[in-house]
Formats: sequence, C-alpha cells, structure tokens
Amino acid sequence: MARKLLIQNDQVPGINTLEVYRAQGGYRSVEKALKTMVPDQVTEEVKKSGLRGRGGAGFPTGMKWSFLAKPEGVPRYLVCNADESEPGTFKDRYLMEKIPHALIEGMITASYALGARTSYIYIRGEYFYVARILENAIKEAYEAGWLGRNILGTDFSHDCYVQVGAGAYICGEETALLESLEGKRGNPRIKPPFPAVAGLWGCPTVVNNVETIAAVCPIVNMGGDEYAKIGVGKSTGTKLISASGHINKPGVYEIELGLPVEEFIYSDAYCGGIRNGKSLKAVVAGGSSVPILPAHLILKTAAGEPRLMSYESLSDGGFQTGTMLGSGGFIVMDEDTSIVKNLFTFTRFYHHESCGQCSPCREGTGWMEKVLKKFLNGTAQESDVDLLWDIQRKIEGKTICPLGEAAAWPVAAAIRHFKEEFLEVARSKKFVDISHYERLNKQYAS
Amino acid sequence: MGAQVHGTQEFNESKRAEIEFSDEAMATVQKLISNYPEGKQKSALIPVLHVAQAEFDGWLSPEVMDYVASILNIKAIEVFEVASFYSMFNLKPVGKCVFEVCQTSSCWLNGAEDIIKYIEKKLNIKVGETTKDGLFTLKVAECLGSCGTAPMLQCGASYHEKLTYEKVDRLIDSYKAEGKRRSYTDKDYKNTL
Ligand SMILES: Cc1cc2nc3c(=O)[nH]c(=O)nc-3n(C[C@H](O)[C@H](O)[C@H](O)COP(=O)(O)O)c2cc1C
Ligand code: SF4
Ligand code: FES
Repeated sequence: MARKLLIQNDQVPGINTLEVYRAQGGYRSVEKALKTMVPDQVTEEVKKSGLRGRGGAGFPTGMKWSFLAKPEGVPRYLVCNADESEPGTFKDRYLMEKIPHALIEGMITASYALGARTSYIYIRGEYFYVARILENAIKEAYEAGWLGRNILGTDFSHDCYVQVGAGAYICGEETALLESLEGKRGNPRIKPPFPAVAGLWGCPTVVNNVETIAAVCPIVNMGGDEYAKIGVGKSTGTKLISASGHINKPGVYEIELGLPVEEFIYSDAYCGGIRNGKSLKAVVAGGSSVPILPAHLILKTAAGEPRLMSYESLSDGGFQTGTMLGSGGFIVMDEDTSIVKNLFTFTRFYHHESCGQCSPCREGTGWMEKVLKKFLNGTAQESDVDLLWDIQRKIEGKTICPLGEAAAWPVAAAIRHFKEEFLEVARSKKFVDISHYERLNKQYAS
Repeated sequence: MGAQVHGTQEFNESKRAEIEFSDEAMATVQKLISNYPEGKQKSALIPVLHVAQAEFDGWLSPEVMDYVASILNIKAIEVFEVASFYSMFNLKPVGKCVFEVCQTSSCWLNGAEDIIKYIEKKLNIKVGETTKDGLFTLKVAECLGSCGTAPMLQCGASYHEKLTYEKVDRLIDSYKAEGKRRSYTDKDYKNTL
C-alpha cells in the first residue's frame, strides 16, 4: 500500500472540524516544534527532508527558508500561495476543502520556523467558498489556542489571515501575488530583490504553495530523514496529483514520488485507464504550462526506461523528449483529441491572463492565439506552423516573469511532437465554427 | 456610517446618500481592514471590492468605486486600476445570476462547448449578454479548478460540476424560482456535484 501523508484522512467524517482533525493526530507538529525544537531545527528538518516546492517550480523548500533575511526589528511574513489557477490543477482546492486544518497547522509550524508573527493565505477569488471553510478553521484554531498569543504557553504568538483574489492567473506568480496582497494590480515585480529580502510591504517574506506548507507537518512529525526515505532520489515524499481528461477515474491522488506513469494512468488505484476503451494519445503532465508528450514518450523515456512520476524522470530528455512534474495537473487525452484545438484553449488562456507589462508576452500570446484560430477556421497555410514556432521562440527568455515561457512551451511542444497534425489541419482547410470564440473576445474587451 | 468616510478626493455628496454600506457590510469591511497592519489598509481593497460588488447590484459603478476609495482613504484611480484588472469585478451591470462556464482544456475535452451552446439556446442570449428579465448573464471563464469534475460552471459562490443538459435545466429552474442575486461573497453557497 502506497503511503499517504497529506490526505490519508480525507474520508473521515467531520475531518474538516478541529475536533476530528485533532483526534486523528492533528496539530502534533505544532506541539513538537514549539515545545521541543528551536526554529532553526525545524528548518533543518525541512532541509533534510528534501521537500521541494509543490507549486510548480520544485525549488528546495529548506533552502528557500534559509535565504530569508532576518534584520532586527523588521517583521517577517509567511504567505501561502493558494491561487491555484494553472489549468488542470485542483489539488490545493481538494486539500483545503476537505482538511482545512492541515494547511492551518502547516502555517503555524512553518511560521514558527521562520519567525513570522503574521501569515496570509492568498486564495483565488473563485474559491470564495473554500476561503469561508479556511476562515472557519482559523476561528476554531484561535478558540482552541493554536493561534493567537503565546501558543501552548510559549513565547510564540501568531496570527493567520485569509485574503481572496479576484480572478487573475498571474497572481499565482509570487511577486504578482504580493502586489495583489498589497491591494494593487497583479503585475509581477522585477527580481532581484527576491521576496526573501523584500517581499510583502518590503519586508522579508517566504511564499510557499498550499501543499508545500501542509507537507511540513508530517516532516516535523516523522523527522526529515524518515521523510526523505519516501520517494526516489531527489524527488522525496508524496505529491498530490490532480488527474483529469479522458480517464475513467478523474480526481486527486496522493502518490509516492517515483510511481511509474503507466501505473498511474492504467491502475484502478489511480486513473483507471482511458475512458470508453480508447487509446492514449497525449498527456500534459504538470499543468498547462509544461510540454505535452505523446503516449510513447510519457510512458517511456527516449532511452526506453519506464517514465516515473518524479521531478527527474519526467524531465528526462529535456524539452526535446521530456516534460516537467510542474503543479501536478495531469491532463490525459485520448486518440480522438485535436492537439491543435487543445493548444488553442491554452493559448487563449495565456493571452487572456498576460498582465501586459512585457511586449513579447502581451503581443506574442495574442498573435499565437490569432494564428491558431486560423487553423480552426480553415484559413491556415502550412507556413503558419513555422510562424507559430518563430513567435514562441521570440517570447522565451525575454520577459519579466515566467508566464511568457509558460505560454511559449506548450506551443513549442505541440509542434515538436505533433507537427504533422498541424500540417494536416492546414491542408484540410476544414472549417470549424469559431464564431463562439469571437464573441468571447468581445466579452474580454469589455 | 458617514464617520468612517475620510476620502481625500472629491466625492459627490448627493450620490453618497444612495451608496452606503449596510451596517453589516460595514462591519465586514472594518474587520477586513483590521487584517492588515496600521497604514496598510489599501491591502483590503480587493476583499472590500467583493463586498461592494455584492452590496451594490453585482457591479462596480464609478460612484461605488469612489465610495470604496473614500473608505480606504486612497485615490479613486487606485481603485479603478484594480477593479479593471481582475476578471471577477464587473464594470457594467449584470444579471442577478451570472453563469460563468469554464472553457479551458479539461472542460473543453469534456464537452464545455456544447454546454455553452446549450445555455445560449436555452436562455436565448449569447456569451457576454444578459437575459431581458435581468435574471441571467452568461460568461465564460478560464480553469476554475474543477477539471476532474468537468464540465462546470460557477454562479456566485457556488460551484456546479459534472454538468449535463438536464442538470443545466434544473439549475436554471432553481435559480429562477429563487429569483435572488447571487454573489461570490454568499455564505449560503450550494455546490452541486
Ligand atoms: C504565471 C505563474 C503562475 C503561478 N501560479 C502558481 C499557483 O497558482 N500556485 C502556486 O503555488 N505557485 C504558482 N506559481 C509559482 C510561484 O511563483 C512560486 O514559485 C510558488 O508559489 C512557490 O512555492 P513553492 O516553492 O512552495 O512551490 C506560479 C508561477 C507563475 C510564473
Ligand atoms: S511575462 Fe507576461 S505576465 Fe509576466 S510580467 Fe511580462 S507581460 Fe506580465
Ligand atoms: S479546465 Fe475547467 S475547471 Fe479546469
């Protein structure tokens, strides 16, 4: 049986309440940390655990924490990134909705390690009802003394607040998130300075994903060394994967890193295979931003090794033949799927979500959307494939934040692996009714 | 509530009479402001705009934005900048129930387009429009984090997932019967799966 550390109790009735959560062993990490460890020891355990950021980039969490500047007399902040807007990703919603105290416990334990008197959970506005669930959990935690002044009779005091966003994918980028938290437009900041030095209101700040923060609890409870034994190589621990698309059992699964991709897709313990007896065409393995892979490359690496659900294995082969673990948004497509049209939905998304600060991103995403539309309405030329390739290359590496790249990579990968399909669509001159999309653009223009 | 208004910019007195938070909404606003350190009240802007949108007919008129600016003691342009950036804020009037149908990848793979077309036909409006009786506005949205239970739509705070034509019929009937404005801030959300 695979080990679960985050959502093992998700089916326990009442697990959203403090009483049941506590009865299942909740808040032990706060007790252990506050009563038996100094803050740096907590950070040390997180370092030993090998935990890597679960928001998408996979940066080692312990290292990020140790970069936090600690000038005298300046407040430090922990900010939880609950913006979860990467298409295909819904794991944080699941965790927060089912077991809200898992996040609150993590916020307290992590804040103790960082010396943060105050923390914020920035949650996407569309998850308003989830914010209410979190607020209830926070209220319960205050009443039981897990939050507030002198927690467990120690010197450590902590306040935790929830802030809702208002519909902007870019606010998941950590510096845009901080801008939004300050009541501004979500325009990413130029780095450096990094948030660890100048973050929220110019103060040292750590921004971590929901799942990253929740993972701190089992790490403190079991010790970093034990946690590091789970998984494979530098991909330690467990990961929440949100699976969707043409599969029999879409949903959120907690896996031990290192699980073979084939098992994840076909085993009844996970996705349960492709729906309606169809065959697998392609997978977007880590949210819309990561390169799409055709069936043969997602199941096996170019060298013929079984592909594993781990940071290293999924990126084996670089972007030529590999992809990324990303946010864990696993989108599965069957044999009938139009790669061109799927790409169009992604590109329209990035165009809509570009904050507009950098010309290559603002203009490039719009241009790519326009060219892709030609493939859908039967007016594309074969040469438009080269044009698309050219545009995406001119975005990569030339922007303030990685959204530009996130928009460019899916285009590059779709062409790299499915060029023939693009050419066929161009040659067929088949007209697909897209008046629908014209109207959508009108909506956005208003 | 006049005492809480410390605006620096000019404020149209005659309009302020109509645009004023109820006591309950004002209490929520004061609580939101207290979530941030002294002097950082601007941070409450987005949450306060949500409250304002729910209070004042589902959209943010220039007068409402001015009112919010006066409460947070910031410039009106700072409010407009933000209100116009985020897709959940309506800068034009909308129907009482705004249907936002996700149209991104996983939902598209699961038939979101057909659902959008079905709703258009059923309500006799196009995406971006409002029904004549002012009850429904149809919008499209990008991935709302329900990809595993696609296709889906959001109405106010409620998530409606695993949509079918029959389910859409039922939703429209029940919102019609209810006939009340639905907001993101609603506490009585009714998710359906
Ligand atoms: C365009 C864009 C969107 C992002 N969206 C999210 C998000 O929704 N949630 C998240 O945790 N990280 C997101 N990130 C990554 C954050 O910038 C940041 O790396 C992360 O919150 C760090 O937390 P972690 O180290 O715990 O993963 C996004 C990055 C970019 C460039
Ligand atoms: S890359 Fe795009 S989203 Fe990022 S800062 Fe530039 S314009 Fe904004
Ligand atoms: S793609 Fe529609 S909810 Fe994610």
